[in-house]
Amino acid sequence: MTTPMVQIKNMHKYYGDFHVLRGIDLDVAQGERIVICGPSGSGKSTLIRCLNRLEVHQKGDITVDGITLNDDVKNIDEVRREVGMVFQHFNLFPHLTILENCTLAPIFVRHMPKKDAEERAMEYLTRVRIPDQAHKYPGELSGGQQQRVAIARALCMMPKLMLFDEPTSALDPEMIKEVLEVMVELAEDGMTMLCVTHEMGFARQVADRVIFMDEGEIVEMAPPVEFFDNPRSERTKAFLGQIM
Amino acid sequence: MMLNWMRANLFSSWGNSLLTLISLWLVWVIGSGIVEWALIDAIFTGDNREACLVPGAGACWPYVGAKWNQFIYGRYPLESQWRVDLIFAMGAGALIPSMIEGMRGRRWFVLFLLLPFPVITYVLLTGGMFGLAEISSDLWGGLVVTLIVAVTGIVASLPLGILLALGRQSDLPLIKAICVVFIEFWRGVPLITVLFMASVMLPLFLPDGVVIDKLLRCLIGVALFSSAYMAEVVRGGLQALPKGQTEGAQALGLSYWQSMRLIILPQALRLVIPGIVNTFIGLFKDTTLVLIIGLFDLLGIIQLTFTDAGWSTPQTHNTGYVVAAFIFWIFCFAMSRYSQRMEKRLDVTGER
Repeated sequence: MTTPMVQIKNMHKYYGDFHVLRGIDLDVAQGERIVICGPSGSGKSTLIRCLNRLEVHQKGDITVDGITLNDDVKNIDEVRREVGMVFQHFNLFPHLTILENCTLAPIFVRHMPKKDAEERAMEYLTRVRIPDQAHKYPGELSGGQQQRVAIARALCMMPKLMLFDEPTSALDPEMIKEVLEVMVELAEDGMTMLCVTHEMGFARQVADRVIFMDEGEIVEMAPPVEFFDNPRSERTKAFLGQIM
Repeated sequence: MMLNWMRANLFSSWGNSLLTLISLWLVWVIGSGIVEWALIDAIFTGDNREACLVPGAGACWPYVGAKWNQFIYGRYPLESQWRVDLIFAMGAGALIPSMIEGMRGRRWFVLFLLLPFPVITYVLLTGGMFGLAEISSDLWGGLVVTLIVAVTGIVASLPLGILLALGRQSDLPLIKAICVVFIEFWRGVPLITVLFMASVMLPLFLPDGVVIDKLLRCLIGVALFSSAYMAEVVRGGLQALPKGQTEGAQALGLSYWQSMRLIILPQALRLVIPGIVNTFIGLFKDTTLVLIIGLFDLLGIIQLTFTDAGWSTPQTHNTGYVVAAFIFWIFCFAMSRYSQRMEKRLDVTGER
């Protein structure tokens, strides 16, 4: 068996005195798709933000693609090159065109020639169905389009793992679908994905495992059928009752 | 058309009509006074003060004509003034194309202005090499000194200010402390004190035999002083950016300097263009303070010419000050307009 893409062992995180993550253990295999849900403040976003070191954990071990995340800047850089992230608020760079947003990291981090980077960017922009917007600026696009650009931008780095931090929470309902469709396609292509989302339809459709988090702990972890139809914990039941 | 516009905009109600009339009256009173003084009652020809001694005379323009050379060059020797002219010509020749957007080779003009141009300026102005006669900076003056101090301050303060602003936000405690202390020290001290320190105190601390040119000391003082202000302006821009921009850059694997250079600073600086230009304009006008350490900038030279008995008339002071004000205004107004154009051009972010 190959080594897991992500290995988290007894990981703890504090904001000052506040104990945000309380002993997380999680292995994610290559090609596995995981959906994380839970009430706000449960630590689910913090958890995936620890995986590319946007947040620093205090105790325990995190290994991503065989690289241990610690204070070593070289390791952090290496992990960030291999891990793509999509944010709730897109975080596109408003002063750059869509195409420039997508080619920036391949050119400056991967040292790709500009022409190749642009070709690859157009390929991914086509995959998320907005090649015709390539020369516009993010402010000229709708929220759904911006989020699809953000996905394309992350994919241009050819990541081995994609993190999604509530990618549809800031979108109007009619735009959620277009983003989810792109994510489903990505999942079908075999990308390893960790998604924090409340889109339970998406979870049912693509997830290999669904995780429910509450108060900094993983409360329940199961394949979607089991998770939705036969949750074991009372807290999970209560949560599902609220959102379904 | 015209009548309709006036009715709609100037005389739409009794109150508005009254305000319009009062404003027109004010413009008339002030405007006619200026025109009378500067044109109608003004003296335009003459070889000495006699011409301007007519009772009720306005501006004494022959005085400006006679002293113009000093206004620009100070006491820079006549036979070497071509060097200053050459610098002006090169500076303008490179500055204009480097400010026009879409100009071919624009980058090279900017590069020329930043690297070889200061060196060429230094060599030409001081001389003492390549067969050029050496000219002590004591003899420099007028607009030349104003521009040297202002341009050096402006060019040095932006990069220094950016570094200080970044340093102040650094996670490294020592760098952060140094930047905070530096900024708060220079911001807390009046520029006059800085200039006095540079001209009087600094030589006391230097080892014997080490002499730094007074103008150079003043330049360093002005540059450090304005960089502290610039740092705070830039910090304002850095703080106005959402945290997501830094995180977006980090998540893509960009290094700290890459994300600053490519993502954060281009946006932060655009946000604070008004503040940056404000600092530039303030700095430009503050150069007049170098007078108190015995350097004669434009205003200083104009005041110096007041002591010439050959041109002592009741209107000499007024005329001189108006000329000084007008020259300063032209430069400041130009900076202001250019910055507004740049703001518009860089505003590509769509709505927001």
